[in-house]
Amino acid sequence: MKLVLRNITKRFGSLVANDRISLEVAPGEVHCLLGENGAGKSTLMNVLYGLYQADEGEIVLDDEVQHFTGPGDAMAAGIGMVHQHFMLIPVFTVAENVMLGNESTGFAGTLDLDAARARVREISERFGFHVDPDALVEELPVGVQQRVEIIKALSRDAEVLVFDEPTAVLTPQETDELMEIMRQLKDAGKAIVFITHKLREVREVADKITVIRLGKVVGEAEPTATNAELASLMVGRPVELVVHKDEPQLGDDALVVKDLRVRDALGHVHLDGISFTIRAGEVLCVAGVQGNGQTELTEALLGLQEHVEGSITLDGKQLVGRSVRQVLDAGVGFIPEDRQEDGLVGGFSIAENLMLNRSFRSPFVRRGSLRMDALEEFAKTKLQEYDVRAPDIYTHAGKLSGGNQQKVVVARELSRDLRLLVAAQPTRGVDVGSIEFIHKQVIATRDRGVPVLVVSTELDEVVALADRIMVVYRGHVVGIVPGDTPRETLGLMMTGERPKDVVA
Amino acid sequence: MSGTDETPQTEAEKLGGAGPTDTRPTGTRTSAPEPEPEAPSRTHSMLREIASGNALAGVLAVVLAIAVGSLMIALTDERVRDTASYVFARPGDFFTATWDAVWGAYTALFRGAVYNDRVDDFATQIRPLTDTLKFAGPLIAAGLGVGLAFRAGLFNIGGRGQMLLAGAAAGWVAFAFDLPMVIHLPLAILAGSLAGALWAGIAGVLKARTGAHEVIVTIMLNYVGFYLVFFMLSRQGLLQAPGSGNPKSSPAKESAILPDILGERFNLHLGFVLALVAVAYVWWLLNRATLGYRIRAVGENPSAARAAGIDVGRTYIVVMLIAGALVGLAGTNQVLGTVTSGVTVDLDAGIGFDAITVALLGRSRPLGILAAGLLFGAFKAGGFAMQASEGIPVDIVLVVQSLIVLFIAAPPLVRAIFRLPAKEAK
Repeated sequence: MKLVLRNITKRFGSLVANDRISLEVAPGEVHCLLGENGAGKSTLMNVLYGLYQADEGEIVLDDEVQHFTGPGDAMAAGIGMVHQHFMLIPVFTVAENVMLGNESTGFAGTLDLDAARARVREISERFGFHVDPDALVEELPVGVQQRVEIIKALSRDAEVLVFDEPTAVLTPQETDELMEIMRQLKDAGKAIVFITHKLREVREVADKITVIRLGKVVGEAEPTATNAELASLMVGRPVELVVHKDEPQLGDDALVVKDLRVRDALGHVHLDGISFTIRAGEVLCVAGVQGNGQTELTEALLGLQEHVEGSITLDGKQLVGRSVRQVLDAGVGFIPEDRQEDGLVGGFSIAENLMLNRSFRSPFVRRGSLRMDALEEFAKTKLQEYDVRAPDIYTHAGKLSGGNQQKVVVARELSRDLRLLVAAQPTRGVDVGSIEFIHKQVIATRDRGVPVLVVSTELDEVVALADRIMVVYRGHVVGIVPGDTPRETLGLMMTGERPKDVVA
Repeated sequence: MSGTDETPQTEAEKLGGAGPTDTRPTGTRTSAPEPEPEAPSRTHSMLREIASGNALAGVLAVVLAIAVGSLMIALTDERVRDTASYVFARPGDFFTATWDAVWGAYTALFRGAVYNDRVDDFATQIRPLTDTLKFAGPLIAAGLGVGLAFRAGLFNIGGRGQMLLAGAAAGWVAFAFDLPMVIHLPLAILAGSLAGALWAGIAGVLKARTGAHEVIVTIMLNYVGFYLVFFMLSRQGLLQAPGSGNPKSSPAKESAILPDILGERFNLHLGFVLALVAVAYVWWLLNRATLGYRIRAVGENPSAARAAGIDVGRTYIVVMLIAGALVGLAGTNQVLGTVTSGVTVDLDAGIGFDAITVALLGRSRPLGILAAGLLFGAFKAGGFAMQASEGIPVDIVLVVQSLIVLFIAAPPLVRAIFRLPAKEAK
């Protein structure tokens, strides 16, 4: 089935989210929609999927103009969507999820589960998905859950498949597998729309690339285009993808972690005796597939974990057993991995967020009262200094884009007198322009002689920032290697294997 | 903060979270913010939506409730029913009767609550207004207690128990001691607030230390408080008036009674002024104090507050203590001002629960609660007048009050009725 979008325009009030966007996707083709967060990619796809109605323009499937009033129409017309956040019911089995909304029933409304099972098996075998129809969805790894989403779409005879930022939640291996799946679907004659802002993936799988910026198509590119070309198209100006940094000026051992063990309330061990040292003026990157103890590591450093054994010393001071407030007062800056959950109060203004961890003792507090004037002045300065794009300092943090939210967090943490910076996934869900800015800030912090711990699941980021790299796997340190270690070696280490030439 | 802040999330949820990174589009070249919906837990966002819906929604809810109330007045009016039987023959009669019933009811409400134009002497004319203020005092104080807890993300349903304990403590100080007024009255007020604070504090401590849900704990503490006070009022040597067989204490001594502020002719006592002071205090606390800043941070996003070094559990305890003291002030106000003849278990007069409505209608903002408390005070004062003069059951007022809550809790319904633009993803 051939999909054509013609001059799609979608306005929200005075905001033009999609401005005469045209797109053609032929069967057996992967068409990449590349753009920064907020460029209008998802709006376009929601129009295609019937969640929004376009103000102008038309959707054409095989020369027939379509009028979708809801996702049901779109599905019936052969459009399938794999959402970034899965639309699955965790306690249902794969087969139950696949038939959901499309249940075939037998006598007196009994569910025909067998038919659904057979369908799942058939699709699963055809594309080599290896999905058990009777497995509970909540017990499946994220990558397999995504395949269930794909099966769901295929079981409704979707000919056009839309993948909305599908790799955001996947591990590198799962991403590779997904790429393989996309190629198979393409070979089976499906038309595929692949929405992403990750350049590497685009070049790997795309047949055609359309770049969107500020709601408009700004260009089309061949998969042979370089990362730099694509990035500058996306951002609208040349972007430095490589962080320029000088040799680190190493000082004394600043953060010393010894035999750190972290258990959760149920007694499961998340970190099993890890030890490392960061020297002043050094960036240590923690690499690893998500869920191998990184979250627990940063939380333990901050005092957010309850059951911690071992020792964490910063400039000789013991941090284990201290409250979060004491740790912060000891000069630890923290950029949490989930900024909306742990980093910001969405309903607070930017100014209020900038004093979140300084409500006890700071320039903004005097005898139990807030010093609004001091806070406002501070906020105005930081808004400028950190290039936070917002109308004013009273804008609620929850209304900012990911990149701008992260800049607020970074501004808050870096404007304290730091002895250690802990940055977890500092650029997750952040646009390319902001990534560049945040990386520069991290390196600048290092160059001021502050030890920096960066946790990242993105190898690009690890390689860009690290002076040394610590790879973790299942709560253990696989090895600590120099910053210029080849990606292949790192990738291997992330699966828990230690190459022979690497010393732990 | 207005309701518009909540809707993007709920809307995004409705769309099934289809693409949290850029459902919010940008098309302008300016540095327009690119809103990104967050996804807090459903109950949490619902609670916040209810507790912080915008002012317009509150006003419209009141208007709607009054409209539906009119319908009920008409339906229950005998003359309306009689004329309805021949409505096709003489529709004029029916509509006149309906109009008379509704207009009569609401003017009676107005005369009973604000200004009585049927008497000559000015003092009697404005007496209803002072009644309204008298009734509003405890509603405002208790509403502040509930509203403050809301701001920390806590649902304080324990107004009744807190008021009872506070009333018992204040009443005890009021009848058991002989002291000069300058000491006796403040001491009694302090005792009441303290008792309320401690009673609410139990819920705070349990929440902070064990994670027990404050809704369940405060509801159950209502029963515990009720029977505890009842027990004490039924035992000689505890709170029961000497020689009496009724569950009632001795009357408060003159030196502990809140003085009338407009002289003998009006019932308005100092309690209303104390409520105003409480409004000012809570306003300062929430908008200017670092403690209030932390309270709001905990209420809006406890995980971020925790990561920022704020002790969430301690904040819960502190909030419940303050909230209990404010509700306690309402109980004290009843015992030392409105009904000074002795403490009974009826002293809360439904205020403990009305306070929840007041806090909701006032969107948990001190000034909003002040306005909502005045409105509900007016309902209370006017309701009696309505019943007395027009024979309309006072329950109609309760129906209107309940409808207000119902409409506040269902913003899409109100929006649909008034054809307000659905606040969808802009």
